[in-house]
Amino acid sequence: MAINSNKAIKINQKHLLGIQDLKISEIKYILSEAQQFIELNRSKNKKLNILKGKTQINLFFEPSTRTQSSFELAGKRLGADVMSMNITNSAIKKGETLIDTAMTLNAMHPDIIVIRHQDSGACNLLSQKVNCAVLNAGDGRREHPTQALLDALTIMNRKRSIEGLKIAICGDILHSRVARSNIYLLTMLGAEVNIIGPSNLLPKDLEKFGVNIFTDMTKGVKDCDIVMMLRLQNERMTSSYLSSNREYYEYYGLTPEKLKYAKPDALVMHPGPMNRGIEIDTMLADDINKSVIKEQVELGVAVRMACLKIFCN
Amino acid sequence: MTNKKKYFLNAHIIDPCNSINEIGGLIISEEGKIEASGKRVNKNNIPNRENFVDLKGKHIIPGIVDMRVFGGEPGYEYKENYRSLSEAALSGGVTSVVTMPNTKPVIDSVSIVDFIQRRSRDKSKINIFPTATLTKNAEGTNMCEFGLLKNKGIVGFTDGVKSIQSSRVMSRIIKSAYDFDCLVMQHAEDQELSKNGMLNDGIISTKLGIPGISDLAEKIIIERDLTLLEEINCRYHISQISSKKSLDLIDYKKNIVDFTTGVSINNLALNENDIGEFRTFLKLSPPLRTEEDRLSLINGINKNLIDVIVSDHKPEDEESKRLTFSQAATGASGIETLLSLALEQFHNGSIKLEKIIELITHNPAKILNINKGNLSVGTDADFCILDINKPWAVKKEKLLTKSKNTSIEDRKLQGKVLNTFVKGQELFKFK
Repeated sequence: MAINSNKAIKINQKHLLGIQDLKISEIKYILSEAQQFIELNRSKNKKLNILKGKTQINLFFEPSTRTQSSFELAGKRLGADVMSMNITNSAIKKGETLIDTAMTLNAMHPDIIVIRHQDSGACNLLSQKVNCAVLNAGDGRREHPTQALLDALTIMNRKRSIEGLKIAICGDILHSRVARSNIYLLTMLGAEVNIIGPSNLLPKDLEKFGVNIFTDMTKGVKDCDIVMMLRLQNERMTSSYLSSNREYYEYYGLTPEKLKYAKPDALVMHPGPMNRGIEIDTMLADDINKSVIKEQVELGVAVRMACLKIFCN
Repeated sequence: MTNKKKYFLNAHIIDPCNSINEIGGLIISEEGKIEASGKRVNKNNIPNRENFVDLKGKHIIPGIVDMRVFGGEPGYEYKENYRSLSEAALSGGVTSVVTMPNTKPVIDSVSIVDFIQRRSRDKSKINIFPTATLTKNAEGTNMCEFGLLKNKGIVGFTDGVKSIQSSRVMSRIIKSAYDFDCLVMQHAEDQELSKNGMLNDGIISTKLGIPGISDLAEKIIIERDLTLLEEINCRYHISQISSKKSLDLIDYKKNIVDFTTGVSINNLALNENDIGEFRTFLKLSPPLRTEEDRLSLINGINKNLIDVIVSDHKPEDEESKRLTFSQAATGASGIETLLSLALEQFHNGSIKLEKIIELITHNPAKILNINKGNLSVGTDADFCILDINKPWAVKKEKLLTKSKNTSIEDRKLQGKVLNTFVKGQELFKFK
């Protein structure tokens, strides 16, 4: 393993708001902690009491299946008291601002708040107003750090090391927090990152992040070790970023034919939820020899356990 | 009201309108008018028995004319009213403001103009020059009554925070404004292109994950309008530019059509990096752009391509700013720091002092066609006394505006207005 086994590295950050705030050593430390939880999660008795007596609040302003359940399970397996706020029944629906919600929750003395919000920077704002640690579970288009960490863990488990790998990230980069967090993390750990997408879905000045930009998918995936596909949000069609699903699939959907340009042992990843037949061929998504999509979900719990353990203390 | 004559001597007087930049004095008549100004006024030619104020080492400049101010009245009195605006303005040496029509209701008819004129007469200590919208309710479709509104005292027409999107409507506005000799002030922004955008489109917007506003959105509107002006050239002013691309275009068009250009002090003093981690007080329109853009704007002033510096004073209450960047209101209050912040460019050697003064006094008055921003004999004695070197720091709690959303909290500035006079009356004194 390329992960240095635990050398009592301390994390300097109080909160986990984004990969861009972390140092390489801190990333490696989180990943090595996560590594230890993988076996635990596969065993019969999954319960620990590391976070016994601690309170974890999940504050999800956007719908989420895997991230929310993953954080909830992670907290419970570590022994924390986990509360998931139901936004639709809360005061937020009555017009309460994020800061006021933060103050209210803070008065209940939680030890950690996990937040997902549709606005970029919402977790930063929250972190300025509460005393406990804040974990970002996705803010607008900006960052989704635990997703990038679990992607890195998945890659490391299959390819041993990230350094020197050629990794393609393909799809709607403009609106994707997963892409941004992965760009920071993978380039930091020494991968060569190819970004693939139609010009309409590429943010400005992206090349300044040290990545290669491609609008032709076959060129972008050429000789790649990993092809990471992103979800295409359907509302993009109506706001004329793209002409049609069919055309998008034709040029940017991952098919066995396009995957042939990558290395023979290339792995396919996707953060989910998938649009089968739009960004990825349905057979390919389920191909256990190529796709590690289920493994990503599995390791997600381990990564979130590691994050909760580290930032709760 | 009977006042004594006032004598100010030994000051450095800068009055760009009359090309005065010299050590001299100022005499204010009993009626509050300028009686004499310049080097001819000295101790030897004033009556012996009279008291005078010795202003050695201080500057006298005409009262500042701020061409872009959101006054709050009517409808947003909780953000600013004419009284709080007056106090804030006077402390910054501003004696005349041009108010934007984006109020509630929008200023688009003669009766509302009548209302705000009465309000400003009763409540305001400074001169308020209201603008009206170009189109009804600032919706960009039906033209306002330029002729009638101008007769009522409207100095210029603008949709304020909005740009006229339709080329057809804009072409008709230009023709109608020409007929009535009206000033059109355009906030240049292609709102289709800038839709949902909140800051400069570039590496910062990509990093923060906030939708960007391309500098092309500004350039496209300027290019369209200046092209329309080639056919009929009405009085036309670009409210504020923010980018090098716009400036290059202006440079090219300057010999083809007549128009003037403004810039916000924010775009001269700050760049997109100052936004840091989502500082909502720096969510502005036009957005802060790159350092290269900022430097080009300074250069534009020195090349006479930019005529006016404005504060773009947009008071927003705390509740509108204590939100996520996406939800927060746009704009910063800045009328009381306009001059001091502009003086940064003098102290760092970028722009000459008389040039800065010209862009905040004489030039806006000339464009608006009002007799302000000068120290000519016989005009209202609106002026301020300035210590050009006095250091101070911007503190939110000390600001006099009702809304404390300054873009430069804690910034250390050099140069402070000591006294401000309107019609010969001292209405502000620095303590």
